[in-house]
Amino acid sequence: MTAETIIQSLASGLLMGLLYGLIAAGLALIFGLMDVVNFAHGEFLMIAMYVTFFLFAFFAIDPLLSAPLVAAALFVFGAVVYLLIVRFAMRAKANAGMVQIFSTFGLAIVMRGLAQYFFTPDYRSIPQSWLGGKTVSIAGIYLPEPQLIGAMLSIAAFVALYFFINRTDFGRALEATREDAGAVALVGIDKNRVFALGWGLGAALVGLAGAIMAIFFYIYPDVGASFALIAYVTVALGGFGSVFGAFAGGIIVGLVEATTALILPPSLKSVGIYAVYLLVVFIRPRGLFGSM
Amino acid sequence: MDTHFAQRRRRDLIVALCLAALAALAPLFVKDVYVQNIMVLTLMYAALSQSWNILSGYCGQISLGHALYFGLGAYTTALLFTKFGVLPWFGMLAGGAISALIAMALGYPCFRLRGHYFVIATIVIAEIALLLIQNWDWAGAALGIDIPMRGDSWLKFQFTRSKLPYFYFALALACIAWFVTWWLEDSKWGYWWRAVKDNPDAAESLGVVVFNSKMGAAAVSAFLVAVGGSFYAQFVSYIDPESVMGFQFSLLMALPAVLGGIGTLWGPVLGAVILIPLTELTRSFVGGSGRGVDLIVYGALIVAISLALPRGLVSVFSLRKGAAR
Repeated sequence: MTAETIIQSLASGLLMGLLYGLIAAGLALIFGLMDVVNFAHGEFLMIAMYVTFFLFAFFAIDPLLSAPLVAAALFVFGAVVYLLIVRFAMRAKANAGMVQIFSTFGLAIVMRGLAQYFFTPDYRSIPQSWLGGKTVSIAGIYLPEPQLIGAMLSIAAFVALYFFINRTDFGRALEATREDAGAVALVGIDKNRVFALGWGLGAALVGLAGAIMAIFFYIYPDVGASFALIAYVTVALGGFGSVFGAFAGGIIVGLVEATTALILPPSLKSVGIYAVYLLVVFIRPRGLFGSM
Repeated sequence: MDTHFAQRRRRDLIVALCLAALAALAPLFVKDVYVQNIMVLTLMYAALSQSWNILSGYCGQISLGHALYFGLGAYTTALLFTKFGVLPWFGMLAGGAISALIAMALGYPCFRLRGHYFVIATIVIAEIALLLIQNWDWAGAALGIDIPMRGDSWLKFQFTRSKLPYFYFALALACIAWFVTWWLEDSKWGYWWRAVKDNPDAAESLGVVVFNSKMGAAAVSAFLVAVGGSFYAQFVSYIDPESVMGFQFSLLMALPAVLGGIGTLWGPVLGAVILIPLTELTRSFVGGSGRGVDLIVYGALIVAISLALPRGLVSVFSLRKGAAR
């Protein structure tokens, strides 16, 4: 193992980690806003990848161009899921946590079933896109272009999110609702509207990630499952409730995954991620950036 | 108040005995192998969910990684039998004991975690075990283990001609899991667990050893689930890592208890009796083509029940009782 291989895999790990951060951002946003873990998050990603695929297959729109469209579609989808399901799950007077877990888990199963029904279980991929299969060489390190663009998009999305949360009225409403959902009603903020927009925004972020993932990853009904678990770990590693913790969590997960793949067989690369999660929470029971 | 509670407990026991007797007679009337198969699965899920409920429902430590113990039970039995010729009955006890020990060893660091951090820890631990087994060639890796049939006998716990022995074993297991829960409900452990679930800090200050009571719940729960896993390995005579240790299975195991009524005595039984036949029937009537219709129906059912009855199906039955109390 040369220094070059190590740097090479750490670099691709970093890029992948930034993408993981983008996938997890929506999950962290929704959790921070209303203490709900969306167990259908992976299926949101799956839908985003299919939307990207069909926009390419039917209208020949390159994933890079369709990314904003996919994000918009997922925004609507996320808001609808909140209004149709999550809104009612939050009203549960007993076992609120379990109701939220299992109503979103049920939704995940329905979405997988619908994907199998309409799209068949076949593996699909986008054969020729602008970025697909291309690499760029920087100082002797080869970086795959889709991941590179995805990583840049992730940084841009987090920067935008920062300004959005801190500098806009809606961002302030989001923060205020998160602090005290009861009190905001007194100043005329409709809690349900804020939550619906929060779900829309969270879904739009995963939509962005899905459009990029569709360039270099197979698309099939169960594709979300493996990424969902990584997203939960990413969010928990950063600390629930901290959107920017997800950014740091994503980078750590990407780097740990790449390092593990250097040491262990590739099929065990996730073991490193899980082990690091356990190590972190055993030392800091609320994640790296969660409030104690 | 006490007498009311004692009356309710006696009534629960009588109802359970009657139901068990009725279930034991069921094969006299049901000869169809397909239906018998569904009955075996229903009883197995009732037993598993009842055991999961001890740690997650009564003690409030939500585990979504219980497939780990199911898989450990299944693999211990299958490996001991295929590699060393050890009878499944010993494998079952060994699997249960190993699972209980591992549950306590894992509980030691994990029970300091709360809420989602705990839930995710249970998921990733099971996932690590899954990945390790998938890469463990001696144990069949991702392909799993085929358990060879050596003829029908209770000694080897293998039956090819009839499903009835499996049915009666599953019934016994469900009864044991129910009875253990019933018995623990009114023991000091039962009271500790409910105190830990409701408010761990208050429980601690009143002298409940929170940590030990979580450990006890984890050990009992893991032991019973592992026995269920051993049973499953013998029943289907083929196991692979994903189907016995996957995250999906952890959720499937929790589902009857959650939809039936988490932290209740009858929730897991009720949930399993309604959910499992419904799932199996949808699967064979609409899902044969592998087109996912069964998933759609099943998922929609989960969403509907969890939204409409947050206390579980059991709340439909206890409406009168609630008013009387």
